[in-house]
Amino acid sequence: MTFSPELEARFARLLNSYPPGRTRSAVVPMLLYAQDEIGCVTQELVEEVARRCSVTPLQVDEVIGYYSMLHRKPLGKYHVQVCTNIACQAVGAEELWDHACKSLKLANKQVSADGLVSLEEVECIGACSWAPAIQINYDFHHKVTPERFDQLMAALADDSYSRKAS
Amino acid sequence: MPRYNETSPLEQMIISYRFDLPNSASIDTYLANDGYVAIKKVLEMTPEAIIEELKVSSLRGRGGAGFPTGMKWSFVPRTTGKPTYIICNSDESEPATCKDRLLMENDPHQLIEGMMIAGWTIKSNKGYIFIRGEYRYLIDIVDRAIAEAYERGYLGKNILGTGWDFDLYTHTGAGAYECGEESALLESLEGKRGVPRLKPPFPAVVGAFQSPTILNNCETFSAIPWIFRNSGAAFAALGTPKNGGTRLMCVSGHVSKPGVYELPMGFNMLRLINEVAGGVWKGKKLKAVIPGGSSSPVLRAEECDIPYDFDSLAKAKTMAGSGGLVVLDEDTDIVAVALRTIKFYAHESCGWCIPCREGTTWLKKVLSRFHDGLGQESDIDLIKDLADNMLGRTFCALGDAAAMPMQGFIAKFRDEFEEYLRKSRATEPSPELVAI
Repeated sequence: MTFSPELEARFARLLNSYPPGRTRSAVVPMLLYAQDEIGCVTQELVEEVARRCSVTPLQVDEVIGYYSMLHRKPLGKYHVQVCTNIACQAVGAEELWDHACKSLKLANKQVSADGLVSLEEVECIGACSWAPAIQINYDFHHKVTPERFDQLMAALADDSYSRKAS
Repeated sequence: MPRYNETSPLEQMIISYRFDLPNSASIDTYLANDGYVAIKKVLEMTPEAIIEELKVSSLRGRGGAGFPTGMKWSFVPRTTGKPTYIICNSDESEPATCKDRLLMENDPHQLIEGMMIAGWTIKSNKGYIFIRGEYRYLIDIVDRAIAEAYERGYLGKNILGTGWDFDLYTHTGAGAYECGEESALLESLEGKRGVPRLKPPFPAVVGAFQSPTILNNCETFSAIPWIFRNSGAAFAALGTPKNGGTRLMCVSGHVSKPGVYELPMGFNMLRLINEVAGGVWKGKKLKAVIPGGSSSPVLRAEECDIPYDFDSLAKAKTMAGSGGLVVLDEDTDIVAVALRTIKFYAHESCGWCIPCREGTTWLKKVLSRFHDGLGQESDIDLIKDLADNMLGRTFCALGDAAAMPMQGFIAKFRDEFEEYLRKSRATEPSPELVAI
């Protein structure tokens, strides 16, 4: 498999960063960084990562089910993650989650038919003091009301979404 | 983007004071504001003197356990002939905790300097900053800071002419609360599923890559440069006995001004809620506080007039944990909070130890039906029994972290559980119940 020059450079740095003979350490970062570029963890990627890290494909395969950010099927172009853990729950995250499901017409971990948006109820993302919080891909959005949520979704739909966190 | 909330005049900033400076993450800002001063002092010190200074500071681990940092470092054998490692735990995942994020976003060089001090102490040549996968933007910020430190000779070969080499790298997680547990973090760093290791041996002796390792939380490392720029005694004097320094307190939930605030250890918890965080919102009354992340047993309002430090909260039969307080007002449904809490632990249990894997699952099922109005009177004691039987019976603390809050909710709010039983019952059975 070939990746972008930036990702290849990152992989080279990764493989260099662990002690001699410890290239297995690069498995999880490599999977996550590659997933960001190609969309999900495919069987081809499993074999590629195994080859590059000098481990068996099984040793790669066994971590995929463990880490909740690794996915075997593609997510939406925009993966919308709504935290409902206790700090967010206290300030309306469950209502926000219900709103998200209804307005996007998606259930947990579903992808929209056009592949634009996927939705996931996630555990604490580390924005507790600025709750309720969501992440769109890796961007944090704090103090998200249902109205703000709708604005963000409208921006995704008409391609005016700014990656700047809010 | 330095902060996400207003500061409070009651704050005492010793590790967050650079947050408001322009380009606070850059090495130039850091160097112009006390940066890399401590490491120059430390490079003249012996390991014994460094560890002694840390012991005097009474700095305790900010990740949750509150273990004395100086003592932890003293356990690392320095004559095994094996390589040694410095690992920073920035896997920040304890619900209610959002401080490491700020430390890495706004002052990554402070963290790097803290790790360098640890590195010099045990003459380690390699360190890793383990950052949770969701914090991708922080990996970019920390990587940039590391590159700057290499350019200026603070990392790499022959640092400041001492002949000592130290390399530092970031390592991303990929979504797993369990990897915040130190031995599971080390498994994850080695490219495996993040399941805990049997202890002892502790990571100090057999840690990363089966070698002696200093492993501390991001905030712990970030506090260390201040200690060596000033003194251990000065750091200790900021807090209460055996609880030195300050903490980044993450206040969330039903307060007017939720936020992360740096306060001295031992700051009164009610003052923290009322004077720093603006008091309970909407003029409501305080019902309860989850004081140190979701693992910590809940306190009733009348129990909150206490100093916030490790020992005072332990005396109150809870814990300061990760420094994340969830403030709950009088209208809070405690059963709903208990259910959300156990859903989290059931999701995050790695499945390695049966009492945790099965215990969290059954607690979730019982609490789900209880919350749906289909509870039985015996469920209240069943929840307690399940929790009691998980405690202390697992490799790592996740089982305890799930059990302790359940015990707390039942012990402190049994009346609310009983009230639930009296409410009209739902007509539809819970999907969770059907699944049993």
